[in-house]
Amino acid sequence: MKSSVIVFPGSNCDRDVAVALQKFKIKNQMVWHNDSSLPKSDLVVLPGGFSYGDYLRTGCIASKSKIIKEVIKHAENGGLILGICNGFQILIESGLLPGVLLRNKKLKFLSKNIFLKVIDVKNKFCVNYKNKNIIELPIAHNEGNYFASNELIKDLEDQNLIAFKYCDYKGNTTENSNPNGSINNIAGILNKNKNILGMMPHPERLIDPMLSGTDGSLMFEGFLK
Amino acid sequence: MKITPKIVDNHGVKKGEYKKIISLLGREPNLLELGIFSAMWNEHCSYKSSKKYLKTLPTKNSKVIQGPGENAGVIDIGDNDAIVFKIESHNHPSFIEPYQGAATGVGGILRDVFTMGARPIATLNSIHFGSQSHPKTRNLLTGVVSGIGDYGNCIGVPTVGGEVKFDSSYNENILVNAMAVGLVKKDKIFYSKAKGINKPVVYVGSKTGKDGIHGASMASAEFDNNTEEKKPTVQVGDPFTEKLLLEACMELMKDESIISIQDMGAAGLTSSSVEMASKGNLGIEIDLNKVPCREKNMTPYEIMLSESQERMLLILNPDKKENAEKIFKKWNLDFSIIGKTTNSKKLILKLSDNIVADLPLSSLSSDVPIYDRKWKKNILPKNSEELKKNTKINILDSLKQILSTPNNSEKSWVWEQYDSTVMADTIIKPGGDAAVVRIHGKNKGIAMTIDSSANYCLAHPLSGGKQIVCEVWRNLISVGSLPIAITNCLNFGNPEKDIVMGQFVECVDGISQACTYLDFPVVSGNVSFYNETQHKPISPTPTIGGVGLIKDLNKVVNKNFKEIGSLIIVIGKTLGHLDQSEFYREIFKIKNGPPPEINLFNEKNNGITVQKLISKELLNSIHDISGGGILVTLSEMCMTSNIGAKIKIPQNNINSHKYLFGEDQSRYIIEVKKDNKKEVCDILQKNAIYYEELGITQKENMELDEIFNISVKELNEININFFNKYFDEGK
Repeated sequence: MKSSVIVFPGSNCDRDVAVALQKFKIKNQMVWHNDSSLPKSDLVVLPGGFSYGDYLRTGCIASKSKIIKEVIKHAENGGLILGICNGFQILIESGLLPGVLLRNKKLKFLSKNIFLKVIDVKNKFCVNYKNKNIIELPIAHNEGNYFASNELIKDLEDQNLIAFKYCDYKGNTTENSNPNGSINNIAGILNKNKNILGMMPHPERLIDPMLSGTDGSLMFEGFLK
Repeated sequence: MKITPKIVDNHGVKKGEYKKIISLLGREPNLLELGIFSAMWNEHCSYKSSKKYLKTLPTKNSKVIQGPGENAGVIDIGDNDAIVFKIESHNHPSFIEPYQGAATGVGGILRDVFTMGARPIATLNSIHFGSQSHPKTRNLLTGVVSGIGDYGNCIGVPTVGGEVKFDSSYNENILVNAMAVGLVKKDKIFYSKAKGINKPVVYVGSKTGKDGIHGASMASAEFDNNTEEKKPTVQVGDPFTEKLLLEACMELMKDESIISIQDMGAAGLTSSSVEMASKGNLGIEIDLNKVPCREKNMTPYEIMLSESQERMLLILNPDKKENAEKIFKKWNLDFSIIGKTTNSKKLILKLSDNIVADLPLSSLSSDVPIYDRKWKKNILPKNSEELKKNTKINILDSLKQILSTPNNSEKSWVWEQYDSTVMADTIIKPGGDAAVVRIHGKNKGIAMTIDSSANYCLAHPLSGGKQIVCEVWRNLISVGSLPIAITNCLNFGNPEKDIVMGQFVECVDGISQACTYLDFPVVSGNVSFYNETQHKPISPTPTIGGVGLIKDLNKVVNKNFKEIGSLIIVIGKTLGHLDQSEFYREIFKIKNGPPPEINLFNEKNNGITVQKLISKELLNSIHDISGGGILVTLSEMCMTSNIGAKIKIPQNNINSHKYLFGEDQSRYIIEVKKDNKKEVCDILQKNAIYYEELGITQKENMELDEIFNISVKELNEININFFNKYFDEGK
């Protein structure tokens, strides 16, 4: 398995996700945003951070960078793409995933561990969550409030394209367990072919029992199945 | 332009100082030169009132690689790893413009750390605000917290700890102290001392704009009624550019390109060029036309005194110019050779071919005036005798009231706005006794904390100074680390007043005594005087940041109770000192009396013994006893774990209020498995440690003998209420 992590000016979770990929024996390369070709990869990761300083709109300028054309081609050929946090925002801005990410409901940056219910496990990213579908991961964002039209939400629900929903520790998707105001508690979504996942929580930050959990490891281990 | 007394005065240069300038130069300075003197001779940059006393602090031991005098201090943590850290104040700008003031405070301290070649791995902060009822408090805190958060979050360095305090003495002069910690290979540390003649002086980073002009001078004066007018002296930060600058510097630092490097902080291009050249005993020549500027036709005065952010000055190895330029171009940053080092021992500034300033460097460094200011000795206040009249006051009601106050409330409302887990190495997040961050890829880590206790310092500066060092030491011990060194940020009022100067002198003396005794040197820091508005000084607030080493991360401990049915033991003697306690302050509203006494022998002995217990893995959890005494400390251990406790006051003839709320120092609460009791007690006895069994952990409820029984859940609700209500609901 080979992966590429795209580095934009202002990316700041690029190292963390590279460390996670390597830990699970995925051969990774860092790819500069200004490069015009993508090394042969099974998986492309758009990491978290503040690409281009979040100026204009989060993810907006990055979605116009040189490498994104190649990333889109990779997606069209059925390659896997994982967008985490700012990476999710970039996927939305580049049209690879539908909807928008608004500012958090309370208009504040929010960094804490939250619980997620894994809604769909029939995709390459979540296979390992079959046996553990309530997980804990950190979030750290200011614009993670997912919003879309009623029709689109219905589509996502009907076609099982919602990967994760915020929930409480028992798995109930309540309003209180929704940290940022996302519609239907949505924390991560898939495209129609389920080869692209965008998510606000950070799986790469919980891959070590010393850091109070390994729920993120399950995703990376799953790639090797 | 003729320099009039009014112009001199506007620059904050005193009459006598101006005379000294004339005698050093043998002529009158021009306006640009006066501006440069004003920038270098102000209190913030020159330490002219504090130098005499700062010299008395211990700054060396076998672990110290670099003490005060560089961009930051450096300590050795073994295996060729070193930790670079420093704390700095950004009080005045944050009061004028809280968001930008706080943000650039974080940016500045991060630059101090990565200038030395270290990648920042954590930041902490200590922020003090006026009372909750003051009309500015809500807005100031909201702005400061989002300023700190937005900067650290964007650059991708975790904010792992800190403190938030409220007191009316900060109503018109808040404190924002930020600390940054970085990791570097011991043989790859970069310094600011220039070396070699005719070496290119290179400007990198953002362009120079008209922001922050005379910021350092503004920070060296009191506030009056017109703080609004000072907004243009506040710098504007751009964390995105700082992130690019960080990565570009890290890339350039991989080889031998850089001879020396200095960030442009307070007093911008002026202080960076002067410091580099004077440390190297060289001269420096700069062509101001070459400085990248944001707007056309900026004057030499504006260019030299701007405090625009995210800029660095380098002295480069001439062979490496092209490679260096390539790196900065890649990161979309300005790169301009603006001058060269010389052997003239002068600062020469040119505009085209005209010399616009010509100053001997010694006049800006070694000849800066030093003051031996008058100071007033502080007497230890008499004990108050308040309690005798009020012994019937309800203990549980008092506990609830203390836990609900702004100072003692749980502060996740603040922490959650800071990304504390980026870099994926944070082991203990904000809210613990100390934060713990792993050294990337290794099984060792560092513990960090930041503390202050202005109430104690106001009551008796000498005791307060000692106490705060000990508190830091204790917090570092409580997570299983070996305390190594500290950085200090000394926030005081106007040093020209003998009372304020007395507070400063005696706090520093207290800090010095404790640091010396504990072998806990000061490796960096800063002094912030003139924290007063309309002649009302803040409480003396030395803020201390400490760093400790954890050799084996498997042995990290925290304050969360771990299981039901284990023993709760208090280490250290409880005498019941209530003066200056949270109990007196919050329940009786009395503020007189002496702070608790520090016995340095007990402090060290208790701490070292606790270290032994931790290294033998005999403790389930541990929390040092500080504000609020045993009962508040115990409540915190319950609340973070949702495990209860059943306790009984030991037979020791102390009034129960005094026992439960007294703030005697050098104490810890530990949780011990029943099976480990004998071994723990043996070690405590062997080391002559005073200890008492307090009770056992139990399910869900906190219970004191037959006096009260309350659910931990209810305590938690009381404890988190204030911030949500005050900020989110505006109540």
